[in-house]
Order: sequence, then C-alpha cells, then structure tokens
Amino acid sequence: MENITLTIDSKTVTVAKGTTILEAAEKLNIKIPRLCYHPDLPPVSACRLCVVEIEGDRLLRTACSWKCQDGMVVSTRSQFVRESRKMALELLLSRHPMKCTECVRNNFCELQDVAEQLGIREIRFDYKERKGELDLSSEAIVRDPSKCILCRRCIQTCELVQSVSAIGLEGRGYDVWVDTPFGKGINDVACVSCGQCIDRCPVGALYEKDHTASVWKALDDPTKHVIVQTAPAVRASIGEMFGMPAGSLVTNQFVTGLRMLGFDKVFDTDFTADLTIMEEGTELLGRIKNGGTLPLLTSCSPGWINFIEHFFPDLLPHVSSCKSPQQMFGALAKTYYAEKNGIDPKDIYSVSIMPCTAKKYEASRPEMTDSGFRDVDAVLTTREAAVMMKQVGINLPELHEEEYDEPLGISTGAAVIFGNTGGVMEAALRTVYELVTKKPLENIEINAVRGLDGIKEAEIDLDGTKVKAAVANGLANARKLLEKIASGEADYHFVEIMACPGGCIGGGGQPIPTSEEIRKKRVEAIYKQDRKMEIRKSHENPAILKLYEEFLGEPNGHKAHELLHTHYVRKSVYEKAEA
Amino acid sequence: MHRIHILIAMDAHTIAQGAHSVKDELQRELSLAALTDEVRVVETGSLGIYNKGVVLVVFPDAVYYAGVKVEDVSEIISEHLIKGRIVERLQYADIPETKEEEGKAPRFGKQVRVVLKNAGIIDPDNIEEYIAHDGYEAMGKALTEMKPEDVINTVKESGLQGRGGAFFPTGMKWEFAAREKSEEKYIICNADEGEPGTFKDRLILEGDPHAVIEGMALTGYAVGANKGFVYIRGEYKMSINRMQKAIDQAREHGLLGKNIFNSSFSFDLEIREGAGAYICGEETALIESIEGKRGEPRDKPPFPPSVGLWGKPTIVNNVETLANLPQIISKGAAWYKSNGTEKSPGTKVFTMVGNIKNPGLIEVPMGITLREIIYEVGQGIPDGKGFLLAQMGGTTGGILTSEHLDLPMTVENLREIGAGLGSGALLVVDDSQDVVDLVKNFVEFFNHESCGKCTLCREGTGRLLELLEKLTDGRGELKDVDLIEDLAKVMMKGAFCGLGQAAPVPILGCLRYFRGEFEKYVKKPQVAQAAVA
Repeated sequence: MENITLTIDSKTVTVAKGTTILEAAEKLNIKIPRLCYHPDLPPVSACRLCVVEIEGDRLLRTACSWKCQDGMVVSTRSQFVRESRKMALELLLSRHPMKCTECVRNNFCELQDVAEQLGIREIRFDYKERKGELDLSSEAIVRDPSKCILCRRCIQTCELVQSVSAIGLEGRGYDVWVDTPFGKGINDVACVSCGQCIDRCPVGALYEKDHTASVWKALDDPTKHVIVQTAPAVRASIGEMFGMPAGSLVTNQFVTGLRMLGFDKVFDTDFTADLTIMEEGTELLGRIKNGGTLPLLTSCSPGWINFIEHFFPDLLPHVSSCKSPQQMFGALAKTYYAEKNGIDPKDIYSVSIMPCTAKKYEASRPEMTDSGFRDVDAVLTTREAAVMMKQVGINLPELHEEEYDEPLGISTGAAVIFGNTGGVMEAALRTVYELVTKKPLENIEINAVRGLDGIKEAEIDLDGTKVKAAVANGLANARKLLEKIASGEADYHFVEIMACPGGCIGGGGQPIPTSEEIRKKRVEAIYKQDRKMEIRKSHENPAILKLYEEFLGEPNGHKAHELLHTHYVRKSVYEKAEA
Repeated sequence: MHRIHILIAMDAHTIAQGAHSVKDELQRELSLAALTDEVRVVETGSLGIYNKGVVLVVFPDAVYYAGVKVEDVSEIISEHLIKGRIVERLQYADIPETKEEEGKAPRFGKQVRVVLKNAGIIDPDNIEEYIAHDGYEAMGKALTEMKPEDVINTVKESGLQGRGGAFFPTGMKWEFAAREKSEEKYIICNADEGEPGTFKDRLILEGDPHAVIEGMALTGYAVGANKGFVYIRGEYKMSINRMQKAIDQAREHGLLGKNIFNSSFSFDLEIREGAGAYICGEETALIESIEGKRGEPRDKPPFPPSVGLWGKPTIVNNVETLANLPQIISKGAAWYKSNGTEKSPGTKVFTMVGNIKNPGLIEVPMGITLREIIYEVGQGIPDGKGFLLAQMGGTTGGILTSEHLDLPMTVENLREIGAGLGSGALLVVDDSQDVVDLVKNFVEFFNHESCGKCTLCREGTGRLLELLEKLTDGRGELKDVDLIEDLAKVMMKGAFCGLGQAAPVPILGCLRYFRGEFEKYVKKPQVAQAAVA
C-alpha cells in the first residue's frame, strides 16, 4: 500500500493512499466535527461541518470526502474554518425545534454534541420550522421531519445498506424534506420497518413507536400477569444505554432489572430460538427428503420477511413457515404456559424486548393471534427497555445477577447466537448434523458462517448428503442472494437472512450509535455467552424436549403447525398488500 | 436559381410578434406577383436583433427590415423587390457593415462572427445549407486526415476554454477522458441554459444546430466516444425540434451513425430534455438527471472525464464550446487565436439585456472593453440615464462598475477582480435602479433554484433572502448587513457546488461597491429619533 505524508495543523502524518482528511486527522487525535458523515455510509458532503482549508485551494473542502495527497498542508482550525463551521451549524440549529428535553434523543444527540463541541452561544438566525408532516402511520417507526437536519443518512441507509429506498428527498432548496414516495405514510410504502434509519439518524427525526406507556399500564394493573421475553442480542448491547462500553455482556443483571421493573416472570426468547431450530431443522430435512422447495430461507427476521414480501413475492414458497422465536414465544405463553400454570390467557400481558423495530410490526400482524389472543402484546426496543429502567432509577451496571424463570427461560448456546449473523445457521447445523448422522459434532463452532461479511457460504456433509448453506446480513446483501436464487444460479439448500447488518446485534432497536466496530464487539459478547452456556445445542434443551412431550407432540406435528407456523402475504413495492 | 433571398428570423420573440403570418403573407404576395421562381424565403434562427418585432434581411442587398407587419409585406415586394427601392421607414439601419478579410472571421462593427457565422444566414432545418457553408468539412478532415490525438492537440493549441462559464481548457478536459480506458464513453452537450437573461445557447441551437452536432462528433472522435446526448432545457421547444430534425438529417446523410466517412468511427446522438431545474446545468447534476435521478451535484473528484454518465468517462461541453470546434479543426488553431487575447483567445457570445438601447445576441472578440460593448454594440443606455453597474455572466456573475468600463474583458482580468465571464449574460443596470432590490432579485432566484443538498446553499440562500427582506421592509439593523456579508463569504468558499459558491458573488460585489445603499435601509436608531423629537 502506497503511503502519503501530509501536514495537518502543523503536524506531519503518514497515511495509506485513499485515506480521507477526516481519518488522517483522527490519527492525530483531532476530531473534526461532522453530522452527515457516518462510518457505515459513503460521504455525501452535505452538512459542511467538517470543512477544512487546504493550502493553495481557494475553496474549503470537506474532510469526510477529501482524500489526502502527498505534501498537502491542511488547517482544520483556522479562524475562517471555525467561523464557517459555526455558520453552517447555526443554519442547521435555527431550523431545529430545540425541544431537547422532550426528545427521545436527549443526551445522545449528535446535533447537541456538535453544538457543544463548537461552543455555540448564540444563533444569529430566527427559528424557522422545517417542512414535512409527522408520520405516525407505522406500527414500528415514527418520522418527525421537523427535527430533521437533512444529513441524508436515513436515505442512504435505506437505499445502500437495505436496497429498499422507501424514503427520499422531496421539494427543493430551503423547503426540502425527507418523505416517502407520493407523500404516503411510511406504513403505506415498501418500508420494511427494519429501523436502520433510526440507528443512523443523528437526531430525533426517526424513532420507534413508543410501547413503554402500554407496558407501564400493564405493570401497574394488578389483574394482569405480565411476562417478558428478552431477545438474544439485547443482553449484549443494553449496557451501552447505561454508559458501558460496547461488547459488555449484562445478561443476568438485565434479568434483575426486569424483575425490579415488576415483571411477574422474566423469560427468554432464547427458549423459542431453540424451538425454532427444532421446527425449522425438521422442515429443512423434510424438504430435502421430499423434494420440497429449496433453498429453505429462514424466517426469524421480520424486516427480512417484509422485504421478501414486498420485493420478491415470487420467492415466498422458499421461506420457512416457522414463526420467529418472538411469535412462537407469544403463542406458547398464552397456551402452554397459561395451561400449565392455571392462568387465564386473557390476563396474561406478554411483552418482548427486542433489538428490533420490525418486531413491533410483526407482533401486530393479523396472523399472529393463534393463541386466540394477540400473541405478543407489546414490543420494547433495547432503547425503550433502558428508558423504562432509567425512569424508575434502575442503574443496570450496579445490579446483582439473577437467573431467568423456568421453564420458558431455559436455553442453550445455540439459541443465544441467533443474536448475530450466521447464528441461526450455526445453531441449525449443530442440531441437523447430530439428528441426521446420530454422531456428535466434533467442532461445534462453525467459523465459515461467523463474522461480519455480507454474504458467507458453508458446506456440511451429513453422511453423504452435502448441505450447501449461505448467510446474508443487511438487505442489500440479501437482494444479491435472492437474485441468484431467482435466476436459478444458486444451488443452496439452506439460507439464513437477517435484515440488519451484523444480524440482530445491529438491529434497528439497538443502542445508538452503531458502527462496524461496535457491531464486532457485540458479536464477541454473543459468542462469549455461547461459550458460557452449559448446553450448546438446541435439541439438548431439556425444557424443549419436555414441551414436545407435554404439549406439542412432535416437531412439525399438528399442534406445532397450529401454533408455531405461519403464512406470508404478497405485497408490492408501492402498496402494502395485494389483497 | 433564385435571384433574391429573404431571410426571416424565426425565434421565440419574432414568432410572438407574428413572424409566421408575415412569412405566409410573403409567400402569398410573391406567388401573386409570380416571383416564386426568383425569390426564396428562408426561415433562419435569430438575427441577433431583439425587441424590434419581425425581422427580415433581403439578400444580396443585405438590407435589414425590422418591425415588419403583415400589411407591410406588399410594399416591401413592390418597392424593394420589383423596383429596387429600399423601404426606408422599415429599414433597420443600426446594422454595421460586414467586413470580410481574407483568412479572418467576418467582422460586423465591433462584432466578430465565428460561432454565429451561420446563424441567421442559413436555413437551420436544411442540412444542405450547412454543408454549402463548409459544414461537416472539419469532420471529414478529422476522420480522414487526423488521428484523435491530432484533434486534441489542435484544440489544445487553439486555447479554447469552456464557454459554459468555468473557462476550463477544453483540450485538457478531453485529454483526461481520452486517457481513460473504457469501452464506453459519452459526450454530453450541455444545453440546459437556465441563467436568467441568457439565451445564447438557444439561439445557437436554433440558428445552426449542425455546428453543434459536428462539434460533438469531433469531441467523440477525439476522446473515443460513440454516443452523445444533447441535454436541452425542456422549455426550449424550438431548439429541441430543430435539433431533432438536424440529427435526423445528419443520420440520413451518413454524418451520424456507423462508420462515418467510411472510417472506423461511429457516433450517434440522442436528445434529453431537462425538466426546468437550474442546478441541472451543473455538469454532475446534469449527469444525475440523465441517469433518471434527482438533479443534484456529485462530489468532485472524480470528475466526469474519469467517472461520468453511468460511471463512464464523459465529456460535458457547452453548446457554444462545441459550435466553435468545426472551424478550429478546419481552419486551424492559429486562425482561432487571431481573435481575442493571448490568454483568452477567440470570441464570446453574449446576450445583452437590461437597461440597454440595443439588447440581443452579440458575438465579440475576447478582450473587448465593457464600454465598447455597452456604448458601441449596445448603443448605450436609454432615456439619458447613467451607468450604474453591469452584471457579467448571469445571476451568479460578478458586479462591474464604472471603474471597470475600460478593463479588457478577459478571463484572467475578470478573475482578478472576483468576477467572471460566466455563461455570457450581460445585465446592464442604469443609475435609477435600487441595488438592494436588485440583489434581492438575484437571491430570490437562488433561493428558488438551490437543490437543497448542502446546508450552506439550502439554508444560506433562504436566510440571505430573509435578511434582505428584513432590510427592505425597514426592520433591518446594521448587524444584519454584516451577517449577510459573513454568510455570503462562507457560502462562497464552503458550499458544495458552483451554485452555492457563486450565488454570493453578486451580493459581495454589490456590498463592496454599494455598501451605503444597504445601510440606507437600516432603521434609524431609537435614540436618534428621540433626539429629533
């Protein structure tokens, strides 16, 4: 790699060719202010906060996009640079409502951070409201264009990371705003509810639909039996909401915190993740044996399900009929759990804590009522769960550790790795291998499907039957795989797809900010949890075996089909559903 | 063989004044007088004479008639065509004599006709007329006698600079694209003329479309591109129609298409219509627009000659730049440089508007002074008023005042005083006009045309307008004038693209020369009023 030496603020620095000024400055511990820049996205150079002066150049240049050149002399701190940044920021601040204390992003807002960094003490322009209407149409995502600073990170995320393009710019100039096609509500366009836009919004213009109020109401109601399930990825990230570093694993402190909040039972989505492996593994083997539609596509990620319903409806027969672990849990909580404990299912209020915004939509789907009730009553994102704890003074990092309740809190290492990309595949292979070959799997850590690459492939030999597997995370990567499947180019048997980059640990309901580096650390925490588990294969989970024995019968059996499986809806790119 | 040719200008202005009816009347009267074998009526592009009604020229006498009405036609025919007596009451006598000198472009008073050599002379809808005026000779020469690098070298030697406003050396731009190894490359003619008061590209396209086609083909040959797009402002219906007709005719004559002149070079063109956004005149926004995206500028580098349309090497050249090329190739670099100055060779086409006696389309050599343009070519300022300022180069152009009247108009001279030649609009403003009002007008335009991509332009143009309105409404304070200046300075250096960077130019120019006019609007301090009371 060719190296380049340049001078930034009178200091010399050597960087690889292709490095931006922003990255080079960081090597010198100079943090150049920025708003539209996000490490996951290509620079758009729109906010003009990262401008710098380059000797011999009559214009200011944006450090986020401008590449270093040999011998370049850069000032990131001249008077004109400082004044220009202040001007750009005042222009943005004067179009922002500044209702910080009532904002979902209070205290973790990049606009606040930059204002503090630049030492803004006055704004020379009068406040002028931005165009665009509050969009409350979705079960998952709220859009508030009045807070938008037009950094375009949401638009880029939707287009480049997710290949969905549900939002874009409307209007021109002073009155430009982010909107959906034809100004329809976000619920009425091909938005997949993944919430990746929320994760990259620097301010509070995008956030999840609030479920905390309903959950508080249930907790306050003595007639309700309020139970909670926690998704695998949340334990590896919620610590960040309390100032802990990324990668902090807080599983059992989290359990304690939830008990303190007043939940009657604290259960684990990991339990139904194990169940998913039993059902989906059986489905896969059945399809291979009976010449069914292959490859089988996983169905745990509701953003992904929305995506295939909207963009590749012809491929829906490939999708596993298994409900996601959240919804399997919901269906069992109001049947199996209710029966077993003599609780009237109408008194059960079932809450899930998810790294995801699409789970809110999933729980609201009309299909998800097989218990005879709405299977999951409320879905809190990781962020919302943290907010509830903060509201009553629970400081997670200081808590002691407690265990999940039985039986829906018993799980395996195979279940917890559902929390990151490749995890479902790895868990399924651990089980399928042993069920088919009747031999123990020697190395249960299947590295080929691990890591943050967008698309991964693996092959496993099941006593002569070679199973070809692929894993995609992020919907732009999913699209690539789907196009190969649609054209017949791919000969996989089993494909895992997660809507969000990195899988659920990078979900739209997770703590903000997110980046490749943060996602890596969360993945490490997930695998650490796997190694800590006594049982690491789903088919060895005693609570699951008991569930089949006591209640469900056999995997893919009649009762299982009734409660644990679902069907999908063809949707178009422009309309929500084709009837 | 026709004894007499009557050229009738068909442009938006003359058509609005009834040029079609005048032409019909001419045809009717000529056939009544049994003169159709002797006299031919030819529709041409603009003759460069504006606001003077329907304009005709009778050749070979080269007599110009302006303000011609249907009822004047029979008189012109009976007096001039039959009896040979000029109808003096209709004659447009302000046309300077045309001088033709061997080896030089024809001179026309202070004007020189290079780009406009055929405009108003030939029938733009007839390729034969273009060919008869040495049309497609340069293409023949290039394809049969020259290598692509010879074409590039000739253009480099000529010193031709882009006429879209940036004045980047055309040959150098081509070299960047020629160097790129790519199966596909594109040539784009930028005819998205959106600058208020600018209509030169339109009149070139309407008057001599084949010169642009030939220029594009030469560009394609030089850089190795086989496909071109003419991106024309959608409102320019006549330009679009004439260009389409010209493309069709060129194709029929084998001058576009496969293996032109039996060479290995193939080249074809398509028209793309702009949808009315000013920003699409910016080359990367134009490219985005052709790709079907929202018209917004791209980050540069990479520049279009390396990464352009659909990611391929692309040359975007202005109409006027392209129209210069055939003559540079057929007559040579030295010929081209015989006009203009050493550093700014050639001519420049201007549209002169505002408080000027003789507005319209002119072509003058580079290096001419503002005084010559205004007082000789434009015949001065009407109603005995004085000269206040001129804005050179469209809405984003710099401000020139009386101290600049004798400054030779060259790229380098104007750059030195923070102005530029820009797109070629020259707005002349007399001393009865209000500078602040004028500036507000400019800013209203930018506020409407900012694409909204970058903070400084999107918010800045809106805030500038608000601050100026505050001043003119009598609510302003001195600090508002300072804020206008500070904001304009930051925009000029910090905005994303040329629009945001150039929008402040006229504001800063007016502040520099007429700051007092802004401060006059500032409300009187309360204390002072109390003292008066």
